[in-house]
Amino acid sequence: MKILVCISSVPDTTSKINFTADKSAFDKNGIQWVINPLDEFALTKAIKLQESQGATVTVLNVGDATTEPVIRKALAIGANDAVRVNLDPKDSYSTAKEIASVAQNGGYDLVLCGKESIDYNGGSVPGMVAQLLSQPFVNASVGLDINGNEATAVREIEGGKETISVKLPAVFAGQKGLVDEKDLIIPNMRGIMSARTKPLQVVEPTSSEVKVQGVSYDSVPPRAAVKMVSPDNLDELVRLLHEEAKVI
Amino acid sequence: MAVFVYAENINGVYKKAAFEAVSYAKAVADQAGETVTAISVNPTDSSDLLYKYGATNVINIKDEGLKNFSAKAYAQAVSEVLDGNTIVFPHTTDASSVAPMLAVMKNFSLITNVLEAPESQSPFQVKRRAFSGKGFMHAKAEGSGVIVTVSQNAFGVKENAVSGSEEVKNLSVANEDTKVISHEQSSGKLDLKEAEVVVSAGRGMKGPENWGMVEDLANVLGAATACSKPVSDIGWRPHTEHVGQTGKAISPNLYIAIGISGAIQHLAGVNSSKTIVVINSDAEAPFFKSADYGVVGDAFQILPALTEKIKAIKG
Repeated sequence: MKILVCISSVPDTTSKINFTADKSAFDKNGIQWVINPLDEFALTKAIKLQESQGATVTVLNVGDATTEPVIRKALAIGANDAVRVNLDPKDSYSTAKEIASVAQNGGYDLVLCGKESIDYNGGSVPGMVAQLLSQPFVNASVGLDINGNEATAVREIEGGKETISVKLPAVFAGQKGLVDEKDLIIPNMRGIMSARTKPLQVVEPTSSEVKVQGVSYDSVPPRAAVKMVSPDNLDELVRLLHEEAKVI
Repeated sequence: MAVFVYAENINGVYKKAAFEAVSYAKAVADQAGETVTAISVNPTDSSDLLYKYGATNVINIKDEGLKNFSAKAYAQAVSEVLDGNTIVFPHTTDASSVAPMLAVMKNFSLITNVLEAPESQSPFQVKRRAFSGKGFMHAKAEGSGVIVTVSQNAFGVKENAVSGSEEVKNLSVANEDTKVISHEQSSGKLDLKEAEVVVSAGRGMKGPENWGMVEDLANVLGAATACSKPVSDIGWRPHTEHVGQTGKAISPNLYIAIGISGAIQHLAGVNSSKTIVVINSDAEAPFFKSADYGVVGDAFQILPALTEKIKAIKG
């Protein structure tokens, strides 16, 4: 079984987000880059399938050369090899086109991604990849088992969950719950050393079509100063919520 | 050309997010001098509910094969009846699974998580959530066809009654790739993303056995319950209740955070709440800086007292 795990290189979750002076782009200065946390759930799931079923795991990133440390980290976690499409991604569609192209050529049984990236939050790439490949798509996956050419997936639905069987090949977008937080793999020294010699293939993009442009960016405006209420005067809190904020 | 909207239903019943999407579509249509056509799959609810928010036409797709949800099959069905260049979806789990597939099928631009009515329609430009709530992006669609997904609780549900008419389309879309084995819906529980009031708690509650008082407060407020990441990581609460950067992003009218210090990752998921109340025993908790109202004190004393006082005012 061949698994393709798509990873995105995103600002560390503790990053403060700033934009350039003209507000035309995200300011990358001083940012620490990590594997998108939702992709990490997908990657860990793939490594578990590698261990239990002898699957091979390829990680794929669409990004320029600056994303290679993050790709090496994915290799240190346990992926067999990696592909980087040499394109600074501009939107979900152009990213999905490149992923679909690699997936098509590689003949993968499973494509695993995170449900969305924590930077641009498009949540669109996995579904687009599935459609470009004409494969079934399961979003918000919180469980996945493979048996031959069939998968059993659990997906989160509003107010519950649903278990479905899916014919492979297929695309799954994972989220928290796909593996337990405690099962996320922290690379050990052996993993880090072996990652240096694992194959990382760089391929050129196949198309440059962009469907959505980021025109400008805004920061979140600060809230007015907090009003503190004494714990002995909760009537005042209730009054403020009722009369001032009008939320109860 | 009409503005289309996907009116999502669960087991035939329209969701609040569907009414919000119709309200949004009506705003888009009004800007363009157009009408709204809603599309729904196997609804049992009356179309009157959609006319109320501004849908002049309702297309009800009837297809036994679509009894169970499949993103691919639903996208195919919507594609078959869609006859316009603009379609609005709610940003729910199911609808935001259908939208990207439909975007590829129709060769349309897709802008997700939109917060406000468009800034312009030609080209289509709109403000959307980005960086997990730490920023906003003004996104412009290239090309003529556009799909948007509306972030829940952002635009709001706006009544705008019109007289409408309904059309039934009988389809039989192939749905062979996925098969539902079981479906569990927890009854009587408010959907966290749709809830207008959310009561959330963190490690300050000291253990899962103390969650009863969080639920009591939520019950008197008609609120959904949520939790911080450490709480779901250690298994005190299910991961479906985790709000924050790697959990759910929510924007209720009122968010009450109890015993949550306010890490940047937590704030990212909740800072678009309209009003934030923070209750924490630590006066230095960073969350107070992002709150509208704060109480420094012992949650174990404050929660029961606050619950009683709110019960009194709610009568």
